[in-house]
Amino acid sequence: MSSAAETHEGGLHPALAHHFESLPAQKEAATLGMWLFLAQEVMFFGGLFIAYTVYRNLYFDAFAAGSHHLDVTLGAVNTAVLICSSLTMALAVHASAIGRGRHAVVYLLSTVLLGSVFLGIKVVEYHDKFVHHLVPGPGFSAEALGVTGEVARSAETYYALYFAMTGLHALHMVVGIPILLFLAFKAHRGAYGRDYNTPVEMTGLYWHFVDIVWIFLFPLLYLIGRH
Amino acid sequence: MTGASSHVVPVRVYVGVFAALLVLTGLTVWVASLDLGAWNTPVALAIAVSKAALVILFFMHVKYSPRLIWIVVASGFFWLAHLTAGTVADYVTRGWLGTPGS
Amino acid sequence: MSTTQPGADARGEGTRPPAGPPGAPPVAEPRPSRVNYLNVSYGVKSWLLTTDHKRIALLYLASVTLMFFLGGAFAVLIRLELVTPPGDLVQSETYNKLFTLHGIIMVFFFLIPSIPAVLGNFLLPMMIGARDLAFPRLNLASWYIYTLGALFTLYALVNGGVDTGWTFYPPYSTQFSNTHVLAAGIGIFINGFSSILTGLNFIVTTHRMRAPGLTWFRLPLFVWAHYATSLIMVLGTPVIAVTVLMVAVERGLHLGIFDPTLGGDPILFQHLFWIYSHPAVYIMVLPAMGVVSEVVTCFSRKRIFGYSVVALSSLAIAVIGFLVWGHHMFVSGQSTFAGMVFSLLSYLVAIPSAIKVFNWTATLYRGSVSLQTPMLYAIGFIGLFTIGGLTGLFLAAMGLDVHVHDTYFVVAHFHYIMVGGAIMGYLGGIHFWWPKITGRLYPEWWARIAAVVIFAGFNLTFFPQFVLGYLGMPRRYHYYVEEFQVLNVMSSAGASILGVGYLIPMAYLVWSMRYGPKATANPWGAIGLEWETPSPPQTENFPRSPVVTWEAYEYAPEEEARVV
Repeated sequence: MSSAAETHEGGLHPALAHHFESLPAQKEAATLGMWLFLAQEVMFFGGLFIAYTVYRNLYFDAFAAGSHHLDVTLGAVNTAVLICSSLTMALAVHASAIGRGRHAVVYLLSTVLLGSVFLGIKVVEYHDKFVHHLVPGPGFSAEALGVTGEVARSAETYYALYFAMTGLHALHMVVGIPILLFLAFKAHRGAYGRDYNTPVEMTGLYWHFVDIVWIFLFPLLYLIGRH
Repeated sequence: MTGASSHVVPVRVYVGVFAALLVLTGLTVWVASLDLGAWNTPVALAIAVSKAALVILFFMHVKYSPRLIWIVVASGFFWLAHLTAGTVADYVTRGWLGTPGS
Repeated sequence: MSTTQPGADARGEGTRPPAGPPGAPPVAEPRPSRVNYLNVSYGVKSWLLTTDHKRIALLYLASVTLMFFLGGAFAVLIRLELVTPPGDLVQSETYNKLFTLHGIIMVFFFLIPSIPAVLGNFLLPMMIGARDLAFPRLNLASWYIYTLGALFTLYALVNGGVDTGWTFYPPYSTQFSNTHVLAAGIGIFINGFSSILTGLNFIVTTHRMRAPGLTWFRLPLFVWAHYATSLIMVLGTPVIAVTVLMVAVERGLHLGIFDPTLGGDPILFQHLFWIYSHPAVYIMVLPAMGVVSEVVTCFSRKRIFGYSVVALSSLAIAVIGFLVWGHHMFVSGQSTFAGMVFSLLSYLVAIPSAIKVFNWTATLYRGSVSLQTPMLYAIGFIGLFTIGGLTGLFLAAMGLDVHVHDTYFVVAHFHYIMVGGAIMGYLGGIHFWWPKITGRLYPEWWARIAAVVIFAGFNLTFFPQFVLGYLGMPRRYHYYVEEFQVLNVMSSAGASILGVGYLIPMAYLVWSMRYGPKATANPWGAIGLEWETPSPPQTENFPRSPVVTWEAYEYAPEEEARVV
C-alpha cells in the first residue's frame, strides 16, 4: 500500500476513493478528467468564436464601429484584474500543496475579491451599453456608434456576440466564485496538505481557463481597428 | 508515474509569469493603436496565444505534466482551429468555381 | 451449427469451464456468490443514490427503453398517416410535430446514450479489470442530468410539441415557429452534458484504470470503440450545446445571430449544427461496431482478423467523422468548392468503416460459426450497415445528392445505419451480455424468432423508402402523390412487423429476469475479463485486480497453430 494513501496515523486517507489504488493515482485521474472538461469548454466557447470569426469577416466595419464604443481602459484594467486573480489562484494552489492552509485561505479569498471586481466592472460596462441603447433587441439603436445604414444594422450582430461571449464568460466566473469560497472554508478547516490538495488544483485549472478565455476576448472585442 | 502530482512550482516562477502577462497586456493595447494594416489581427492573436501559453504552461502546470495532458490541451485548441477553418472556408470559397449558385 | 440453448458451447458439448487465458492453468468456475450487485442492498434509495456503474447502467436501461418506445409511438403514427396519399390522419402542423419528436427522442434520448450508457457503463470497468469507472458519482450525475433533459423535452411534448424538425433550422426555429422550441432546446442542451460527462468518464477510466498487463493493444475492441466514441462525445457535444444556446438566446432575447433580417446567417447555424450532428452519428454507430467485434469473435471461435487495424479504424472514424459535416449542406448555399472538399472527405470516412466490415467477414471465414441470437444480430448489422454505408456514398456524391437530398432516400439511408445498424448492435449486445447483467438466460428460440422478425420487418419498412426517395418523394411531407402509395403501404406494413418484433424481446427479457434459467459465469465460452466474474457480478467486480498476460480474442490458438 503506497504511503501516499495513508495518513500519518497509518490509516487510509479519507479522501481516497475505494476504486483507486493510491492518492497520486486518484489525482492523476482527476487531472486528466479536468483537462478533458476544459477541452470541451474550449469547444463550447469555440462555437461562439466561430460565429465571431465568420461575422467579423463579413461585417468588419460594423465590428470596428461597435468595438470603438467599448472602453479600452476598463477592458485593460479588467484583463489585469483577471491576471492578478490567476496569480493569487496559483499561489493558493502552491500554499495548499505545501501545507500552508492559512495562506491558501488568504489567496483564495483574494481570488474571489479580484473576480468580484472584474464582475463589478462588467456591470458598469453593461450598464453603459444599456444606457446607449446598444443592447440587441427591439430597443437597439446604432446612433451611439455614429454609423448608419448597412453598418448600423450589422452592428447589432457585433453586440449580440459581445453580450453572448462576455456573458457566457461572466457566467463561468459566477459559477467559480462560490466554489472558491467553499475551498477557502475547507482550507481554513485544514482539509488540504502535502498529500492531498486536488480540489484546489482542479479549481485552479478551471479558473486559469476562464482567464485564458478573457485573454482572447479582450483583443478580439475591444481592440478592433483602433488606429 | 508521478507527473505533476508531486511537482511544486517555486513562487518566483509564478511572479515572473504574472509580470510577463501584464507586460504583454500593455503591449497588445499599444500595438492596437499602431496601423499595421492586415497585420494588426495576427499580431494581436499572437500576443494572446503567448499569454495563453504562459498561463497553460506555468499556472496550469502543463510544463511539468505528463505527455497525455499535453495531447489533451493541444487537441482541444487544434480541433477548434480545424472546425473554424472548415466553416470559414465555406465563406471564403464562395464564387471560386463560377457554378450557378456557388 | 449449434441449435442448443446458451450454456452449451458451439459444439453442443455441454457447459465447460470459462475459456480463460490460453496456456494459463484452468480457471475454476467462479463460485456463484449469493451476494451480487443486484441483491447487495434493496430499496429505492439504494438504486437512486448508487455509485455502482452496473446499477447506473440499469437505471439508464430503464430510461432509454422508455424513450425508445415513446419515439417508436411517434413512428407508428407517422407510418399510419403515410398509408394513404392525402393527409387525412393528422393535420400538417401535427405531422410536423410527429417527425420532430420522433427524431429528437430517438437521436438524443435513445441512440446516443443507448450502448455507451447501458452496455458501456456496465462493461467498461469490467473489461479492463477495474472496480468502477474513474468518477462514479459523476456517472450517477450523468444519469440525473439525462433524466432532467428528458423531462424538459417531455414538457415540450406534453404542452403541444415542437415542429421544427430535429434539425431546428433558423429562421423558422428562432422566429416563426409557435411551438415549444425553447423547452425542447433546453432539454437537448442539458442532455448534452450527460453525454459529455459519460465520455469524459470513459476516457479517464480507459487511460488510468486498466489492470496490470492490459496494454492498449490487448484491450477488447468494445473498449476501443467506446474510447473513440467518447472522444467525439467530449469534443463534439459542446458545439451543439452552444449552438442550442444561441438559438435559445435568439428566440428568447432577439439577439440576431442567425436571423437574416438582423444581419445573421442561417447557414452559419447549419455549419455549427452539423459540426456536432455528423460526428453524433458516429457516436451512435461506433459502440454498435464494438459490440459486433465482440460477438463475431465469440461466435466464430476465432481471433478477430486484423485486430490493430480494427482498433485504429475506430479512431480514424472518429477523427475523419469530424471533417465531413458539409455533406449535409450541399444544397444549402454553401460554396461548391467547400462542397467538393466535404464530398471527398466523406468518401474517405467510408474507408475505415469498410475495413471493419471486411475484417469481420474475414473473421467469419473458416470460423466455427454458431448462430445464437447475438450472432444473428451481429450478422444482420454487417449486412444492413453495409447497405446503409454504401447508400451514404451515393449521398456523398454531390451531383446525386442534389437529386435525392431531403427525399426518402436520405431517410432510408440513415435508418439503415441507425436501426439496421445501431439498434441491432444494441439488441445483440443486450442479448450477449444479458446472462452477465441479470444472471439469467433468455429463451433462445423466442429470441431468434424476434431477431428474424425484426430483420424482415426492418427491410420491408425501409427498403421501399430508397425507391420512394429516388422517385422523388420528399421527406417530412404527410401527403404524397398517388403513384407512391404502394411503396408507402409496404413500408407501413413493414413498420407494423418491426414494431411487433421489438415487443417480443421486451416480453421475454422481462420474463427471463424472474423465470429464466440461472446463468453460469460464462455461458458462451467467451474470452474477456467480464466473463471471469460470476453472473451477476459482485459490486466490486474483482476481489483482486487481475493481471493480464494474454492477447485479446485468443480463441482456439491450437487450431490456428495447426492451420498456419
